Amino acid sequence: MDSEAIISVRDLVVGFSDQIVLDHLSLDVRRGEILGLVGASGGGKSVLLRAIIGLLAKRDGRISLFGTDRDIAAPETMQAIERRCGVLFQQGALFSSLNTRQNVEFPMREYLHLSERLRGEVALTKLGMVGISTEDAEKFPAELSGGMTKRAALARALALDPELVFLDEPTSGLDPIAAGDFDTLIETLQRTLGLTVFMVTHDLDSLYAICNRIAVLIDGKIIVQGPIDMILACEHPWVKAYFRGKRTREKAPVLGQPAH
Amino acid sequence: MQPLESAVSGRDLDITLSGSWTAAHTRVLEPLVEAAVREARDRHLRLDMHAVTEIDTFGACLVERLACSNSTGIEAEPVGIPERMRGLLAEVGRVSRAAQPLPPKKKASFAGIESIGRATINAGRDLVVFIEMLGELGDALLRVLRDPRRLRPISLIYQLDRVGLQAIPIIFLITFLIGGIISQQGIFHFRRFGAGDYAVDLVGILVLREIGVLIVAIMVAGRSGSSYTAELGSMKMREEIDALYTMGLDPVEVLLLPRVVALICALPALTFFGSISALFGGGLVEWFYGGMSPAIYIERLKDAVSITHFEVGIVKAPFMALVIGIVACSEGLRVKGSAESLGLQTTTSVVKSIFLVVVLDGLFAMFFAGIGM
Ligand SMILES: Nc1ncnc2c1ncn2[C@@H]1O[C@H](COP(=O)(O)OP(=O)(O)O)[C@@H](O)[C@H]1O
Ligand SMILES: [Mg+2]
Repeated sequence: MDSEAIISVRDLVVGFSDQIVLDHLSLDVRRGEILGLVGASGGGKSVLLRAIIGLLAKRDGRISLFGTDRDIAAPETMQAIERRCGVLFQQGALFSSLNTRQNVEFPMREYLHLSERLRGEVALTKLGMVGISTEDAEKFPAELSGGMTKRAALARALALDPELVFLDEPTSGLDPIAAGDFDTLIETLQRTLGLTVFMVTHDLDSLYAICNRIAVLIDGKIIVQGPIDMILACEHPWVKAYFRGKRTREKAPVLGQPAH
Repeated sequence: MQPLESAVSGRDLDITLSGSWTAAHTRVLEPLVEAAVREARDRHLRLDMHAVTEIDTFGACLVERLACSNSTGIEAEPVGIPERMRGLLAEVGRVSRAAQPLPPKKKASFAGIESIGRATINAGRDLVVFIEMLGELGDALLRVLRDPRRLRPISLIYQLDRVGLQAIPIIFLITFLIGGIISQQGIFHFRRFGAGDYAVDLVGILVLREIGVLIVAIMVAGRSGSSYTAELGSMKMREEIDALYTMGLDPVEVLLLPRVVALICALPALTFFGSISALFGGGLVEWFYGGMSPAIYIERLKDAVSITHFEVGIVKAPFMALVIGIVACSEGLRVKGSAESLGLQTTTSVVKSIFLVVVLDGLFAMFFAGIGM
């Protein structure tokens, strides 16, 4: 392993009643990379993400964040670590009774002692970074479009300058242009803020364009993880269908040379 | 060494930043930055950042504030920025330059008067909304009557079960207690004039004409009206009502009509049961507290009340049901996107419908007195 693992998951088992969703799954995410997680719909990607964040109880296995094991660490340590993570939920999960700017200010208000002026400035800066104008910042979540909701949710995920962000299908439901912009945005932020990104995605463009490594989740296990070339070389039928299926044919010429 | 050192030389101001410029230190940093901004107002600013060890977005925003401090509008270019901080500072600078200034806030000097004005306009609007909803419901009802296949029997029966059948136990309990309390108070106070037996008249007339229907209507407004508002409101929030529209269905006909009709059917029945239960409670108290045997209680009750009293009470029930239904539904449809607005409209719905039920009861009392019933 060339660099330090920020997330390390070993033999993770998660299930609901008699359904096993994740079955002895192991995965590493390294500092500074963008890892893309793909897998069938309903395959347990969101479940994996929620288990890593600590929203779901696991049945077995080990999860370490920043080298700290969830099971061993004291609650305060874990809370400090959670502050270094930002999460973008699949549905945005913006607080509907706060406007966009207040949504971004909310975690700052809870965790940091800032003057009101600076808090407002930083919130507007974060919103500006994700491309939301000062005017739109005063709108309530119900008044935002789908793309803006995702951007606002990303700004909130970034509110505390996290080192690690989790994105659950950030570009699903966006038009290809907006999705492309979002990819660029994530890449820019990753470079300027030095983020590590764990991204669940179905978007092949994102996978090619910005992911340094890809992990494939099938039947509750990561069957292959590595750079795009390695995934393309994988002979698993699902992986072949996913990356070389009907809908991806037009990408054939660029196969194997991911744009960085 | 201070994290911000400034030195004035003629028209130049040299500022040297050092140390950690992160969120945890903004309490110290911000006053320093503010002081420097004042000094820099009409000077040429030179910003040296080579000694900064750490910076995050919070610190970068402060640096940006410094850089933009010059009143001539010329931005200071920081020098000596460590390589890894360049991206962040450039990004923050770009964003803050692109941002348009916030629109000035409205003056709040007439806030009190403004809110009175708004409340008046809203009261007027409420009336219009009420009449509109009444019209739409009437329209939907006519459509359904003309073409009975459009009636939704399953939905209607389901709602009847919810607002009628399931409400019976609690209605029984409450009216039973109220009947008992009225009876006890009547006996206690009338005894002093040697007129203890007239408590039966009090219970009979009060319960049948007023209390029975009022208590039941208030209970139903709190129980079913609030749940109608919350249901319709969350359907509105999740665009389910828009989905109905796009399928060519009229939400008034599909959602509101069965609910309101169920209320109109259920409330008179509940009033009837409630009144009986109140009379029963009154009778028990007469028996155990007043020492009047049940047979005599029934006999006196027969003398005291006539069918008119019962009619006066029960006639009001469907109208109260209509008011509760219309208020609950129109408040539900007013819910906007937020969870807070859902809570607000539910409260409003209950308060408004109880208020209107009481007002309506007063109007009916005047009306019946007028026609001598
Ligand atoms: N809270 C829950 N209770 C029961 N089953 C759940 C729960 N959350 C997810 N599941 C199940 O776990 C499986 C994986 O879901 P999910 O991780 O959301 O899929 P996806 O990979 O599309 O994100 C699905 O079969 C889903 O039904
Ligand atoms: Mg999912």
